[in-house]
Amino acid sequence: MAANSHGKTNGSTRWVGTRPVRPDGVDKVTGRARFGADVHLPNMLVGKVLRSPHAHARIRSIDTSAALALPGVKTVVTRDDFNDLPSEFVPAGEMLVNYRDVVRNVMAREKALFEGHPVAAVAAVSEKVAREALALIKVDYEVLPHVLDVVEAMAPDAPLLHEDMITAGVDPAPTTPSNVAKVVEFKIGDVEAGFAEADIVIEREFSTQPVHQGYIEPHSCIANYSEDGQAELWCTTQGHFVVRGHCAKLLGMDVSKLRVTASEIGGGFGGKTVVYLEPVALMLSRKSGQPVKMTMTREEVFQASGPAAGTRVWAKVGMTNEGRITAGEAVLKYQAGAFQGSPVQPGCMCAFAPYDLAHVKVVGYDVVVNRPKVAAYRAPGAPQSEFAVESIIDELAKRIGMDPVELRLKNAAKEGTKAAYGPTFGPVGLVETLEEAKAHDHYRAPLKPGQGRGVASGFWFNIGGETCATLNLGEDGTIALVAGTPDIGGSRASLCLQAAETLGVDVERIRPLIGDTSTLGYTFLTGGSRTAFASGMAVVEAARDMIRQLCERAAKIWDIPAEAVEWIDGEARPAGSNAGEFEPLSLADLARLAGKSGGPFVGRAQINAQGAGPSFGTHIVDVDVDRETGRVTIERYTVIQDAGKAVHPSYVEGQLQGGAVQGIGWALNEEYIYDDKGRLQNPGFLDYRIPVCSDVPMIDTVIVEVPNPTHPYGVRGVGETPIVPPMAAIANAVDSALGLRFTDLPMSPPRVLKALGDARVPEAA
Amino acid sequence: MRYEAPESVEGAVALLGGGGPRGRVLAGGTDLLVQLRAGVVAPELVVDIKRIAETREIREADGMLVIGAAVSGAELGEHPVAKALWPGVVESAELIGSTQIQGRASLAGNLCNASPAADTVPALVAAAATCKIAGPDGVRRIPVEDVCTGPGQLSLGDGEFVVAFEFPKRPLRSADAYLRFIPRTEMDIAVVGAGVNLTFDDGGRCVAARVALGAVAPTVILVEEAGEALVGTTCDAAALQEMAAAASAACRPIDDKRGTVEYRTEVAGVLATRAAGIAAQRAKGSQ
Repeated sequence: MAANSHGKTNGSTRWVGTRPVRPDGVDKVTGRARFGADVHLPNMLVGKVLRSPHAHARIRSIDTSAALALPGVKTVVTRDDFNDLPSEFVPAGEMLVNYRDVVRNVMAREKALFEGHPVAAVAAVSEKVAREALALIKVDYEVLPHVLDVVEAMAPDAPLLHEDMITAGVDPAPTTPSNVAKVVEFKIGDVEAGFAEADIVIEREFSTQPVHQGYIEPHSCIANYSEDGQAELWCTTQGHFVVRGHCAKLLGMDVSKLRVTASEIGGGFGGKTVVYLEPVALMLSRKSGQPVKMTMTREEVFQASGPAAGTRVWAKVGMTNEGRITAGEAVLKYQAGAFQGSPVQPGCMCAFAPYDLAHVKVVGYDVVVNRPKVAAYRAPGAPQSEFAVESIIDELAKRIGMDPVELRLKNAAKEGTKAAYGPTFGPVGLVETLEEAKAHDHYRAPLKPGQGRGVASGFWFNIGGETCATLNLGEDGTIALVAGTPDIGGSRASLCLQAAETLGVDVERIRPLIGDTSTLGYTFLTGGSRTAFASGMAVVEAARDMIRQLCERAAKIWDIPAEAVEWIDGEARPAGSNAGEFEPLSLADLARLAGKSGGPFVGRAQINAQGAGPSFGTHIVDVDVDRETGRVTIERYTVIQDAGKAVHPSYVEGQLQGGAVQGIGWALNEEYIYDDKGRLQNPGFLDYRIPVCSDVPMIDTVIVEVPNPTHPYGVRGVGETPIVPPMAAIANAVDSALGLRFTDLPMSPPRVLKALGDARVPEAA
Repeated sequence: MRYEAPESVEGAVALLGGGGPRGRVLAGGTDLLVQLRAGVVAPELVVDIKRIAETREIREADGMLVIGAAVSGAELGEHPVAKALWPGVVESAELIGSTQIQGRASLAGNLCNASPAADTVPALVAAAATCKIAGPDGVRRIPVEDVCTGPGQLSLGDGEFVVAFEFPKRPLRSADAYLRFIPRTEMDIAVVGAGVNLTFDDGGRCVAARVALGAVAPTVILVEEAGEALVGTTCDAAALQEMAAAASAACRPIDDKRGTVEYRTEVAGVLATRAAGIAAQRAKGSQ
């Protein structure tokens, strides 16, 4: 139970692993919580963006004079207001962004590269006036041929988005430009030799559609730029320090002059790791001298933010008749959207990661197309490549009549496995999730006639990174916890639990806050499933810092050496030869005595968290297929995943369920529908179909705990892995039900009905 | 924009046909308000008919049901007589939108929004419901299927609006059903909708059948051939197959983001068959 003087656990925990009510819960259910659009300032203007109606067009000229002349319009911003920036890559979540592209994505320069690309923005006294002003801006476009499909974009005669784009990663470098930004390759062993050992080789081509992160809260921010060149920005984001960096760069500001506050966030899923409105709102505020608020409509969210990359993936897997996988090879072609930077690299890294393979080769292409620039979406890049591999693994299992869980167990990555992308795994929990799957009641439950069951595993590597945290001890012994990672999945609850565990105090005495960019040192964004892990490590570090100070203070009060004081169960106790000599001093006692004994207590940590443990998961799904309408119904779904240690099990379960549900949408219905001019036909939740509650059964969860040795409580990130297996698990289940293998997503009713009809034709003939 | 909420039919007619700007009728507003906010429409006059008592009433006289134009889906769904007499119509109204929308959405609004995919319209057409329409020249009555003439197009004249829906007397051994196909389970718009109303004789033979389809043509269509395929049969498998073929043959859908021609045509027959099965079960249960 007790923590020793270093705040380490002795295996069992008092707070970590419990399920208190989340500290942000009441405000959220009462409507008191302030989200992106809930901040209002005196003299606030409304900013609106004029967006390109064309998928691809050169911008010859922009005439804003009529808009500026409209009463109530305060200022207009176009490409002329932003300085061009040189090519420079910086991290954004698990992906990289290039400032040359960020400035162009925020406001089109030479060309509009997708429908919805911002071309100008207006700040006016009301939304109505702002909208009228947008209609008065005259843009002279030279409409150009566009390309939406990744394979078509790679063709030699495809319209070029960037006339100067020379493919990187190819030796020798090409002499002519193309839409292929980059080629990456990961290799281990010799795949030719591996395939030669195989008795069965299956290769197939797969496609996935771009899918939106589908956060309910649209992008929103309010900027307030003052006359002395300082500015405040409130926005809904997964990383306000990253927003600060991007905005300061685009506006030519010192980062110290820009204070960014993250609002409560109504969903992000990776999509709120980049900037869209924020630099524009700052520029409008700088030019108008008034606060400017901007909020996207849902249509704008779909046209111009996200999505995850649409892909074409070819994969090939070889296996012996005994079920030993001998080699895996894949070629991944990922849509980047209008600017380079698809998550094809993590896609390559994850493709075969669940398996202990001697021979792997994965080649990835990062390809620009006339769609919005892709953004991170939960395990960016991994669901697409693992869909392909996990589908083939299922087919191989069926080919030799082996149970698909057994086949995976036979080949599973484990501690000591060298992954094709470089690292050798430490303790990982894939085998444990597979064993749990095998033993689960779901896996043995009988199916009704016509139903099918599918299984798939998934992997995500998780990240750490730069992280700060502070614990401020109040005079009554309660604590304000300040973290810099916006809470998108219950992390405030989990950080409080980790602090309570380390300090040995009741979690109710710790109140968390996401500090703005001026209250803490640089803290990387919430992404890569890093927050419970990295901010957790920082909080534990800060708690240990505070314990050290508390022990020193007790020693001073007792007039004994600091080493002779230990911290147990939330109080300082004299130890060693002094044991029992003095009454213990509790946290509250020391807090009360702080002023008289040497001053306040502040625990601090600034770390670069290393050693994020990867997380593996295995999903089991039962489907029913309506043979007459093509509708696939998810009848039962179980997620089994390694959490390392579930700090707040309810929120781990929530992550597992949420990932599965988003994967179900990706598998069955979600897709972008464009007309022949490259205009999006379904920019809304009516026709872009994320699942509603009644579309899915209660998702059952099993948390496996294989501790991550680098985290004090064994935590691994859990938020991303659960979106990786669903697409293959469902396709494998549909194949079990119908004997039809779907390699193209989504498996929507028209596609399923058509495949059923096509399959019937030979019988009829 | 001027907003008026008259308390009489005459008051509404005077506003709508008063020679001023063409007004829009507001019942539940679940389509109109969305269109206003999206900038799709910008009427100078909005006439809210909800304060007219007749539009909010569900009445039953001599076995005949009358449902006011602005009665909400939620009210309809809790009305025992409406549910007993016209379960297909009630279930079609209850499919629309969310719980919140159900508190507002009305039959007349669904009809006069003039979408080919409106859920209640195939059920109303199958039920042979009649619209009571008030206008400058008094009251007239037309079959529901004559109200919409195309997507967004109505046959109503200046100053006219729908006051109520009148249903025929429900015979013994008679019932209706409505089914739609959507890729989700709720909160969606019909890719195909099918309303079926059947009446059987005491020997279990179908004596009257009306089959109406939504989202497969510019307006909701009454497929007489489909109904005829069932009349005189026990709605056995062969008759249902013939009915389904007639239903599919009547489809003149378009390819759009919600479905393909091929898909809608095939599924129309499937849904009509299933709806007929449900209606037949209900009819047998009602004797």
